[in-house]
Amino acid sequence: MIRLAFTIIAGVLLGAIVHLVSVLALPRIASQDAYSRLTPSTKLNAVTQLPAADPSYTMMPYMDPAFAVAVCRYDLSNGPIKLTVPVSQAYTSVSFYTRNDVAYYAINDRSAGKKVIELDLMTEAQHNALPEDEEVTSADRLIIDSPTSTGLIVMKALAPEPGLMAQAQATLAASSCKVQVDQPAKQAEAPPPVNEPPPLRPSRR
Amino acid sequence: MRLIFITLLALVIAAAVGLGSTWMTTTKGTELGTLTIGAWTARPRTGTADVDPYSRATITRNGELPIGTGDGVAFTATRDDRKKPLDGRCDIVVSGVTPAARFWTLTLYDSKGHLVANSLQRYGFTSQEIVRGADGSFEIRIASRSRSGNWLPTGGIERYALMLRLYDTPVGVATRTQRDAPMPAIATVGCP
Repeated sequence: MIRLAFTIIAGVLLGAIVHLVSVLALPRIASQDAYSRLTPSTKLNAVTQLPAADPSYTMMPYMDPAFAVAVCRYDLSNGPIKLTVPVSQAYTSVSFYTRNDVAYYAINDRSAGKKVIELDLMTEAQHNALPEDEEVTSADRLIIDSPTSTGLIVMKALAPEPGLMAQAQATLAASSCKVQVDQPAKQAEAPPPVNEPPPLRPSRR
Repeated sequence: MRLIFITLLALVIAAAVGLGSTWMTTTKGTELGTLTIGAWTARPRTGTADVDPYSRATITRNGELPIGTGDGVAFTATRDDRKKPLDGRCDIVVSGVTPAARFWTLTLYDSKGHLVANSLQRYGFTSQEIVRGADGSFEIRIASRSRSGNWLPTGGIERYALMLRLYDTPVGVATRTQRDAPMPAIATVGCP
């Protein structure tokens, strides 16, 4: 009898461990997360507009039907990404998600304070590899550090009335998300390395 | 022989308890980091990098894109102010005022987070489309048959969820009470 009680207690304790491990592991093993759902229909390092949310759209749950949405699925291993999003009349926002769906940064048109939201997205290593003198002029340059080398940028433009949806979509159509191939620093006077490769994952400092 | 049996039993219990509780918490959600005001619940931390592991598991499992903190905050309601589940066959009134925000949207979803088809193609309201009273308050009637004023059709489904999203708002991780964020009331006014 005692042995059975021990068995049950041991089972429950082990179960608690199983529970913790499975909760922590789920984001890594989930095959139906937003990134995986968007992979077949979106281009890498380019802007893809998502269809307007309606009842037949079942790719992702809880999408706001008042918004035009565009996605840039990024991979920073070939260099930082430059993102420009023109601001629509009503409200525009840009949100950044890691490969595992963690929303690590979001900005809206008012906090960007300009007619165009301009951002540089890079990994921490790429940020550290930036030349020092460039940091000085970075006041008008917004640099975002991505915790993972792949992830999602989600651009949203509000259509306050259904009739303004076309306008919101047109705004997003003018946005761009590109890999910065050439490092802007002094490429004119240093021709020998044909195309100086951006620091490809240098060993962590 | 007996030892093997006991070990197996312990392992079976462990698997059942562990995976069962994981399934429960990721489908039903937990109270971790929730902000509840009236009938509305939000998880402001899901829009930040320090999201709790349970919300993270739920988000990846459902394939959602949580709203980022710099963007806004999302409040969900599945029950009215008297804790009665929202029923698409009843008349439900959402009334009052919303917290400070540049824009807000109110959207109706089925239990899986999809929009509900209707002939009007109306799935929600934005703060700009709503018809308001003289004092700035509004009243939205949610019903399966057409109503005057701000009518949000339910398509007659049994259970649904309302989501109020505030964009560019001071409401967030630091918000605690109704005083910081006056949320609209939800009342069931009549069932057929």
